[in-house]
Amino acid sequence: MANNFARILSSKRNVGILSLVGAGSLTAAFLLNREHVTAGAQVRRVYPASAEYPDLRKHNNCMASHLTPAIYAKLVEKATPNGYTLDQAIQTGVDNPGHPFIKTVGMVAGDEESYEVFADLLDPVIKERHNGYDPQTMTHPTDLDSSKLKSGKFDDRYVLSSRVRTGRSIRGLSLPPACTRAERREVERVVVDALAGLKGDLAGTYYSLTHMTDQEQQQLIDDHFLFDKPVSPLLTCSGMARDWPDARGIWHNNTKTFLIWINEEDHTRVISMEKGGNMKRVFDRFCTGLKEVERLIQEKGWEFMWNERLGYILTCPSNLGTGLRAGVHVNLPKLSKDPRFTKILDNLRLQKRGTGGVDTAAVGSTFDISNLDRLGQSEVQLVQTVVDGVNYLIDCEKKLEKGQDIKIPPPFKK
Amino acid sequence: MRDRHADCYFFSCLVCSVKNASMPFGNTHNNFKLNFKVEEEYPDLTKHNNHMAKVLTKDMYAKLRDKQTPSGFTLDDVIQTGVDNPGHPFIMTVGCVAGDEESYEVFKDLLDPIISDRHSGYKPTDKHKTDLNFENLKGGDDLDPNYVLSSRVRTGRSIKGYTLPPHNSRGERRAVERLSVEALNTLDGEFKGKYYPLNKMSDAEQEQLIADHFLFDKPVSPLLLGAGMARDWPDARGIWHNDAKSFLVWVNEEDHLRVISMEKGGNMKEVFRRFCVGLKRIEETFKKHNHGFMWNEHLGYVLTCPSNLGTGLRGGVHVKLPKLSTHAKFEEILGRLRLQKRGTGGVDTASVGGVFDISNADRLGSSEVDQVQMVVDGVKLMVEMEKKLEKGEAIDGMIPAQK
Repeated sequence: MANNFARILSSKRNVGILSLVGAGSLTAAFLLNREHVTAGAQVRRVYPASAEYPDLRKHNNCMASHLTPAIYAKLVEKATPNGYTLDQAIQTGVDNPGHPFIKTVGMVAGDEESYEVFADLLDPVIKERHNGYDPQTMTHPTDLDSSKLKSGKFDDRYVLSSRVRTGRSIRGLSLPPACTRAERREVERVVVDALAGLKGDLAGTYYSLTHMTDQEQQQLIDDHFLFDKPVSPLLTCSGMARDWPDARGIWHNNTKTFLIWINEEDHTRVISMEKGGNMKRVFDRFCTGLKEVERLIQEKGWEFMWNERLGYILTCPSNLGTGLRAGVHVNLPKLSKDPRFTKILDNLRLQKRGTGGVDTAAVGSTFDISNLDRLGQSEVQLVQTVVDGVNYLIDCEKKLEKGQDIKIPPPFKK
Repeated sequence: MRDRHADCYFFSCLVCSVKNASMPFGNTHNNFKLNFKVEEEYPDLTKHNNHMAKVLTKDMYAKLRDKQTPSGFTLDDVIQTGVDNPGHPFIMTVGCVAGDEESYEVFKDLLDPIISDRHSGYKPTDKHKTDLNFENLKGGDDLDPNYVLSSRVRTGRSIKGYTLPPHNSRGERRAVERLSVEALNTLDGEFKGKYYPLNKMSDAEQEQLIADHFLFDKPVSPLLLGAGMARDWPDARGIWHNDAKSFLVWVNEEDHLRVISMEKGGNMKEVFRRFCVGLKRIEETFKKHNHGFMWNEHLGYVLTCPSNLGTGLRGGVHVKLPKLSTHAKFEEILGRLRLQKRGTGGVDTASVGGVFDISNADRLGSSEVDQVQMVVDGVKLMVEMEKKLEKGEAIDGMIPAQK
């Protein structure tokens, strides 16, 4: 086991130190621990930090709220071992000042080490975005045992579809904002290779964006599976759309209930979905599928980026922890018009989106309802929150149908 | 338990692997990429139609991939915009940019053939002629204002010693702005004017600049965005213009400076005079600060996009040619006159009401005077053709030989 791990690290990274690690996972984990990932080489600057500090006076995002001139001066000369810098990490937040009503994160990670090297900025950003979660003192629970989920079947008369998504990054390869073409292609190879080993109801096919036929493209559009080159400047300014569509693709199983995006905003986005309200089955498939994929990549000497502090490591700090968004498309004609709707959602730790996903409007009275939180609670806990919350919403809707009054639930306690 | 020996090895291993990562845009961790084979890093250009894609073979990529300019600009930085924008079968874009003056030297093997393709066979050994003596222009003061609605000459200038918009850091960009504003504020007489920084503009000032058709906006074209030149917008960007609103300078848009002389009507001679005089004055001020313009005798004025090398000059008019523009030989006439047409909104826009933007097609290999002369002579001829067509007469006898 120990030797396998050392082989993993030395064969996939050309950074000298890790090949010195003859011992096992304990030492490697130790090396990846905060105190020991000192920054990569120094970055030579022509101008002092004060001349380079961005003008953030009109900005409203988490990065701008926490990037003081002092922190900037401290971090601007650092780079991760692969050479990713602070300026690169914050570029998206500098270029997108944000909106007074919508506070975006305003920065990304270029690799796993970004979360260590730029911790002085990322920790307070994470704390603000994740409701007080302090990466310096807290640990994140991971739990993919879907058998623990209680009463995960919704009333099909209200819930039109159920879906759970997350992301996973391949340890040893840079993330989409920073990855080279070779790294991106390696991510594609590793993942597609693993997915080819899936069997039974998980067996499926990969469709590369570069080599897709017109027919395949049309089918994927009809299935609502096809993802396109990002247009949001939040994403494009971070560099993650470079070289599109090289090494990007979509994999899905034959029954079209388990889907994986490769090299979009993250190395992989994993999605389990189906029509109707059987969230339990969706979550079962989600967990089984994820575990299978993980087993298959480990067979070849790879693993996912994960640690105790931050859970699963993804490009955007908002997706740390579980990276999980579990949601339904649910019809709530009466409740959605009730002035207490927003408060009810808040207390249930749920958020609403339009049926087109983030930053879209609802169509009719059908909403996308999903969990707000990502970090600090496990997958099982978060999906349970959605299950309990959606059941409550449906209950409210039914009450309103009968002319009965509804109650705002107490604020959610973990 | 801490292994100090391991830590030292860690550092020394890495210190050599990250050399010039001092600029913030995208591809700076070049040495790390060299760990991968050429085949793995070479971009997929099979569906691309731009000058870079035509020229960049895998062998050339292999040869140039480990090079950097002194400021750390790499091959991948040069080509990123061309990789991200495959282009269109009908419109051949350049597909690469320079990050600094040295890019044109360090990546010669790539840029020379692109320059040759784009600039009508210009050879690496050719010399470019610079001529900003407005007195050498013949005519140009008698273009019929019933047809020629406005006249304009623009060029770009880069300030020696600073990296270019695709590559510069905020500190550098601000330094370019400071120096430029200082230089512009020394102008007097007909050139006396004021600077309006984009991030401090009042609403009233903004309205006025829009009404004057002066205000430039954050680039939206993916060709420009893909090269990184819109980073940190609107930091250190601004517009300067003289009180008479006939001489205008853009600071830190696609180039360090874009210099524009314009006025309503057809007096291209006066527009060009003001252009030349103003440019010389600005250049004197920069030279006094030991920061002249980037120029050499092979490439002329050095700018961000290889298409703007040489004079960087686009001299043009907005001219009413409703009949001529629908004539079967319109494109051919333009080609022979070495002119190009654009819509009245500038590059990649459509014409409105038969009014076209007609300007010189060439930039490199002929001088400023040569190019403006072609516009003056060509537009004069086309207006005469338009008048003939209005009378129902044929213009076949007037079609010129290839210039």
